[in-house]
Amino acid sequence: MSAAHDGSAPRFAPGAQVRVKDDWPETRGPCHIRTPYYVRGRLGQVVRPLGAFPNPEDLAFARAAPRRQLYHVLFDQPPIWNDGKAGDTVMVEIFEHWLEEA
Amino acid sequence: MAAPPSGVNLALLDKLVAALSAKGLVTEAEITERQAITDRASPEIGARMVARAWTDPDYYALLMRDGKAAAEAAGASMAGAPELGVLENTPSQHHLVVCTLCSCYPRALLGYPPGWYKSFAYRSRAVREPRAVLAEWGTQIPDDMEIRVVDSTADYRWMVLPMRPAGTEGWSVEKLASIITRDALVGVALPRVAGSD
Repeated sequence: MSAAHDGSAPRFAPGAQVRVKDDWPETRGPCHIRTPYYVRGRLGQVVRPLGAFPNPEDLAFARAAPRRQLYHVLFDQPPIWNDGKAGDTVMVEIFEHWLEEA
Repeated sequence: MAAPPSGVNLALLDKLVAALSAKGLVTEAEITERQAITDRASPEIGARMVARAWTDPDYYALLMRDGKAAAEAAGASMAGAPELGVLENTPSQHHLVVCTLCSCYPRALLGYPPGWYKSFAYRSRAVREPRAVLAEWGTQIPDDMEIRVVDSTADYRWMVLPMRPAGTEGWSVEKLASIITRDALVGVALPRVAGSD
């Protein structure tokens, strides 16, 4: 994939176990975030780094937007959604500053 | 197709464009060019890309490595478009694309998203009960096949590369492309050979 890289290496490798930060910036004031609420605080696995992109949380407010590493992170369908079937998954693009080692 | 825009919305749009122009963020020429690119885009381009990937190993490799380059090689205008990622369906894995946050869609390639793709019902249900949603489309995924819902939340746009169905051996690229629908490129449907099941 041809995503632009900023030269800084991704912190997480494919297969890394991660937890999405249990953070709710929308409770603190105006913000623009791309991390869906349903994965916050949840455990997932890095599928692959997708490259580095200007942080949309800054772009949305016309601020200088440093590049952040973006990842495909995989979650098991249950327990994220218990309506779903075991063995099914949800894969979400998540920026590195939302991820912690798990 | 989307409902025709109301007068109120058109007036709002005019004001938004005027404000963006006044700030020097866009020009009329840029907007016209972008509309022309989306008007030219069509699921037929994606269908041709898939058919070619089914028959040409070099093109398949390019498609999986660099979606934008593969789209441009198929005649799409990808300048200024987000990255294009390709999700390959396999006998053990089916991909379904949704954008729960808004309506991210590979417009530069497939054109305007269908109304249902932007609906609250699809956006909330696809991620939560994908098998029930697919069943309503008449799409049965075997129990032992993983459904991987891909929530398009950031800087990529995603297209599904469906599996080539049985019964298409020896078909031309054109004939193969004719069975690949927009819905199959999003993952709510599968390519079907007329007369089979």
